[in-house]
This record gives sequence, C-alpha cells and structure tokens, in this order.
Amino acid sequence: MSPSSSMLMMSKLLKPVFLQSRVVNLAQVLGVPFSSQHGKTVFTSQIIPPPARYGGRHTVTMIPGDGIGPELLLNVRELFRFSCVPVDFEVVNVNSSLTEEDDINNAITAIRRNGVALKGNIETNHTMPPSHKSRNNLLRTSLDLYANVIHCRSMPGLQTRHKDIDIIIIRENTEGEYSSLEHESVPGVVESLKIITKSNSLRIAEYAFKLAREQGRKKVTAVHKANIMKLGDGLFLQCCKEVAAGYPDITFENMIVDNTTMQLVSRPNQFDVMVMPNLYGNVVSNVCAGLVGGPGLVPGANYGRDYAVFETATRNTGKSIASKNIANPTAMLLASCMMLDHLRLHDYATLIRNAIFRTMNETRMHTPDVGGLATTSEVVQSIVKLIQENSLHRQTVV
Amino acid sequence: MAAAVRTAVLAASKGIYAQWAPVLRRPFCVSASLQHQITSNQGDAARADGVFKVTMIPGDGVGPELMTAVKEVFKAGDVPVEFEEFHLSEVQNMASDEKLEEVLSSMKKNRVALKGKIYTPMEYKGELASFEMRLRRKLDLFANVVHVNSLPGYKTRHNNLDLVIIREQTEGEYSSLEHESVTGVIECLKIITREKSRRIAKFAFDYATKKSRSKVTAVHKANIMKLGDGLFLQSCQEVAQLYPKIKYETMIIDNCCMQLVQNPYQFDVLVMPNLYGNIIDNLAAGLVGGAGVVPGESYSAEYAVFETGARHPFAQAVGRNIANPTAMLLSSANMLRHLNLEYHSSLISEAVRRVIKSGKVRTRDMGGYCTTSDLVKSVIDNLHPLHQR
Repeated sequence: MSPSSSMLMMSKLLKPVFLQSRVVNLAQVLGVPFSSQHGKTVFTSQIIPPPARYGGRHTVTMIPGDGIGPELLLNVRELFRFSCVPVDFEVVNVNSSLTEEDDINNAITAIRRNGVALKGNIETNHTMPPSHKSRNNLLRTSLDLYANVIHCRSMPGLQTRHKDIDIIIIRENTEGEYSSLEHESVPGVVESLKIITKSNSLRIAEYAFKLAREQGRKKVTAVHKANIMKLGDGLFLQCCKEVAAGYPDITFENMIVDNTTMQLVSRPNQFDVMVMPNLYGNVVSNVCAGLVGGPGLVPGANYGRDYAVFETATRNTGKSIASKNIANPTAMLLASCMMLDHLRLHDYATLIRNAIFRTMNETRMHTPDVGGLATTSEVVQSIVKLIQENSLHRQTVV
Repeated sequence: MAAAVRTAVLAASKGIYAQWAPVLRRPFCVSASLQHQITSNQGDAARADGVFKVTMIPGDGVGPELMTAVKEVFKAGDVPVEFEEFHLSEVQNMASDEKLEEVLSSMKKNRVALKGKIYTPMEYKGELASFEMRLRRKLDLFANVVHVNSLPGYKTRHNNLDLVIIREQTEGEYSSLEHESVTGVIECLKIITREKSRRIAKFAFDYATKKSRSKVTAVHKANIMKLGDGLFLQSCQEVAQLYPKIKYETMIIDNCCMQLVQNPYQFDVLVMPNLYGNIIDNLAAGLVGGAGVVPGESYSAEYAVFETGARHPFAQAVGRNIANPTAMLLSSANMLRHLNLEYHSSLISEAVRRVIKSGKVRTRDMGGYCTTSDLVKSVIDNLHPLHQR
C-alpha cells in the first residue's frame, strides 16, 4: 500500500469520530490542519458547538462589508421578511480602515457560533503595511473554508455572447498563492511562497468529485500549470488523478490554465465541473462570471468542514456604484438562496430563487450592468411581488 | 364521488392557483378588511396572507379556559393561525401512547405548539416519566425560557424587573432513573452530560446575543456536586469564550435565591440545570406577580412550545372564571413573533399591556375583582384603540 492511499484510508476511518477532541489532536499530528491557523480562541477544533438553531429558527451571521455590500444585504433581509423565512441575522460590522484585527476576530467568532454567514466583500487597502492581511482571506483561512463553489449558468433572459453555459467551478480556497508568506531574501529580491499540500489537494479533489456525482455531472476538469510548476501543481494534478480513480463514472480531464482561459472564451460549453488551486480559481471564476453576464449575477459559496460562508462569486466591493441604487441584487440574493439550501430550508430557497429567475427572464427587469434601466429597488420590488403571489403559507389553504 | 370532487378542488387550488388567486387566497380567518390591505400592498399586514397551523394542547386545570381566551383574542385580532387541538390529560384518563403519537405527528408537521400544563399525579403507578416529560423528551425540548418582565402599571414588590431564566430540561434530576438498591434505600440519579450542558450554555449565550443582553450568569452547586455541576460549569465557561462581548458570571444556587429576592436587578440572563431552573422559574415569577402573568417557552432545534412561565394547572379554579389569562396571551403573542407575524404579535401584547396598565380590569390574583372573560373582553376592546375614538 502506498503511503498516500494509506493516508486517504486513515482520513476516511477518522471521519465519523472527528468530534472527539483526542482524535482531532491525532489528526493534527498527522498534519491535517483542522485547527485554525489564526487560533487565538481556544474554540478551534476541540469543541464544535451545535449551530444556533432553536425552534426551527436559524441565526446567521451577516457581515455587510464595504461598497454595495450593505445595500445588497438589506435587500436580502427585506426579502426574507416578506417570505417569512425562519432566519434571524446577527449583524457584525467589520471596519476595513482599522489596522487592528479585533473586528475581523469578532466576525470569525460570530461565525464559529452560528455556523453560517452571509457576507459582502470587505475592502482590502493596498496602501496598508504588508503585515495587514486581507480580511476576507483571513476569514477564509481561519475557518478553514477550503472549497469555494461557483455555479455559472446562463440566464435565458439576458443577451450574452455565449448561450447555455452551465459550469461549476471549485476552487481551493486556503493555500496556494494566498499563503501570505512573502519576504525579501536579498535586497531587491522578493520571494512569494506558493504552498501546495497533498492533504488539501486531496480534500478539494474529493469535494469536487463528490459534488459532481451528487449533481449528476459527467466530467471534471482539473486546471493547473504543471508544465512549469512541475512539483507544486504536479502534486495537485496527481492528487486529482488519484481521487478520479475512485470515480469511474465521471470523466476526468486536465487542462493548463492559459489554454483554459482561451477555451472558456471561445468554446465554454465543453466544460462541466472544474477544479483548481487558489489563484487560477480566482481568474477562471471571474472569466466565467463575465461569460454569463457579469459580477452582479453569480453567487458564490465557501464551504469548510464545519462552517459555510456565502457571498457573491467575484468578491468585489463595487465601490463606484455604492448607494446609487443601481447595483444588481441578483448575485447576493442567489447567494442567500444557496444559504437557505445549506440550512435545508429548500422550500424557501426555491420560492425565492424562482422569483429571482422569473424577474430576470420573464419580467426582464434588469439593472444597468446587464443592459437594463431598472434600479435595485425596482428589481427587488418585482421579486417581492412574485413571492407574494406564490407564498408558501398560502398553499396550505384549501 | 366525494373523493373526486375533493381532488378536483385540490387540483384547482394547487395547479391553477395563480389565476384563482384573488378568490382562493383569503383563508376564512383573515378578515376582508385585512385582505384589502394585502391587495393594496400595505406594510406589515401584507405578509399575513396565509394560515399558520399550530398544535394546541390545553392540558389540565384552567388550561382549556386559557386556550379559549387565546382563541377569542386571535379571532378578534384576525390572526391567521389555525389550531389543531389535542386533549392530553393523565387525570382524566385521556392520556395514552396513541394520543401522544398523534400530538407528536402534529408537532412534526406544525413545529410550533401552544400548551397548558398536563397535571402529573404524585402517586407512583409503575411509570416514572410523566406525559409532560415524555412529550418533552420526544420533542427534545431542551431549553426552557422564562422572561420575567414587570408589567407596567401593576405594582409588585419589585418593579421594572427584566431578567431571563434559561433552564435545561431534559436531564439532571429529571432523568426518571430511580431504584431501590437495598431495601429502604432509594437512589435517584442526577445526570449531567457535557454535550447537553454545552448545548444549553450555547442556547443561553445565543439568546443573550439575539436579544442584545450583556450578561449571563450560570447557576450551580458545584461546591457540593463537584463533578456533576462542575461539568455544567466547565461547559458554560468553555462556551462563554465564544462570546467575548457578553459578560459571564457564576453563582451558587442558594445564594442566587437570596440575591433574587433581595436585589434581583443585578441579573440579566441566568442559565442553570433542570431542578434549579424549576425553582428559580417559580421564584422569579413570584417576584413580578405570580403564575398568571409570566409567559414561558420551550425550544428544541426543530420545535418551539409556548406555555406559561410557571407551569401549574390551577385545578381549584376550574370553571370559576377567575384564572388570569395574561401569561397565556403574552405567550401566544411570543408565538406569533416566532412565526414571523410581528404585526399581530405586537397587536396582542400591546393590548394586554394597555389593559394591565390602565388598572381597571384585573383578575383576583392581581388584586382585582374581574373574571377571566372580563379581562379577555377588555383585551379585545383594546386591540384597536384608535378605532374607538
């Protein structure tokens, strides 16, 4: 038995008993980073408390962020209130202009206790000293949200260059180029470390194939640059191949990242599910979001073993259109639907999602970013109206 | 034939719902005036366009009378709630496993219940766990919340009190594990588990966060029960670390009782194991006017049960029309808030508060001479005070 497969078996054996702190410690010894890298609180892997759900009502952390984040989340709240969704929000504000990390630590603790968060993007100021890490990245790594899932689907009601795109992008979210390890070894020479680990690569590949099977997808494409980074990306590719062997029903392909972007803009319909390391995922997800109509349309989800954070796919703050009432609410609203699905409130998720799609494709109420003239509030009002027509509670009346 | 008609109706209501919406939309318990508001798309009432089904367990003693009060007020307030009533009683031979199953399956569907107290006879008949307890265990209603809040206008020994008591109610002394190890020696087992202690502690802190409260006090007797209550205390301590903005304190149960009657204003949210919670619930309810005025609620992850804060059947008042419906009405208002019916919730709770504040209509336990139905009538008159002018 090769050491890698024994490792895999080990992790499978351990899975059912992870809640016992002793075993988790063992897992840490084995090199699986289950505890937080940020770990200031004792509450890391030892104690995973149950999420805040009482009497069927959930509490979800809401981080408004900067730019258009606050207004988009206000729309979500309004819609939830109208649909009688049993979700309460705990709003945690993160001030991006401060250098201290208190705010973001508060937000992270809040997610630790609620289990789920809905978030706008937090501005990262490039003029800050290098010790200032991106708040968004800090949040993802601290909570070990390893899988970023983005589902790009064409909307029939929108004019785009390509039709019938339906791609799921799965991006490794915690390592690679985003390790925040940079230093000047000799004056004038800076080294940025890109970290690829076997355990994380296996984990993300496993996630991708599992999701592909659950969703009834046919093909998984691994995106890499193993022709140049033979060891780093090579390891990633090898891990994907290993996992693919366990899924004979799903075709496995691999593609180099530069070619991928070209293929995406010329023949996007060849792709089904895509899995890739961190930075490529960043690039590819933006390309795909652009293919289906832009940043205002595509929701994104970050899943870890214990926590989940939902946001827009392209993670931009949209500062230039903030508080002008022209931001496209679709992406954030769809993200909130993904969140409802995660909370197993499928009925509510479907109700809201259908209303969004109908507004987009039948009513054709579009904001300026997708070529319409409607304001944000007009779009939301149209969605509210559709929800009222199909209210869940009304259907129980005969 | 009848079945065919029914399916046709069902199909009509489901399939071509959209076209028939204006006709079929309004349930019978929503008034036409409210319907008008819905179509004209106004404010809060616009969401109250469907019917919520709620399980109702009147229980023993004055329970059924209180439920009648709630139903009357709901009807007068056009509350879109439909009750499924289940009579479950151990003293009236109406308790059986089938009945319990019926209640449970109704709860599984509705997830929310309004409940009176099911009286538990003292004598032992071979079953250690009462129906009340079995219901609680089956639904896993682990957290009991009693919000002790002075009613403005009703003078008691302590006024302007505002504290919340959170009680674990699935383990501890209520384990129903008792046996005679040697003749003449009985052992009662008190069970404390880490999992359930953490769960209740987290509930308390989550509640404090949601209601923006600043302090949680864990009540225990760890100086005597060093391991059992010690574990409870340790679990609370661990969970407290997740909530850096909420102050955490501990207090021994005997001292807590004394402090509560001497200076109850020092407390905010209290969390404790089962039996202590039972005692403190009743003590604190006594501080603001007794069992008739304090609402309570029980939660599991899935279900929520709304009841009175101090759970007593008050059997000696049955049929005398003297029971105080305030607690149950406030509890039903809390239930409406839980169902997202904010508008109706504040409609009812504010009407009750107005009646109490005016001080004219009060039941005997509050020092007045009015009957239950007088109070209910007065609440109904106060639902829409603006219309009277």
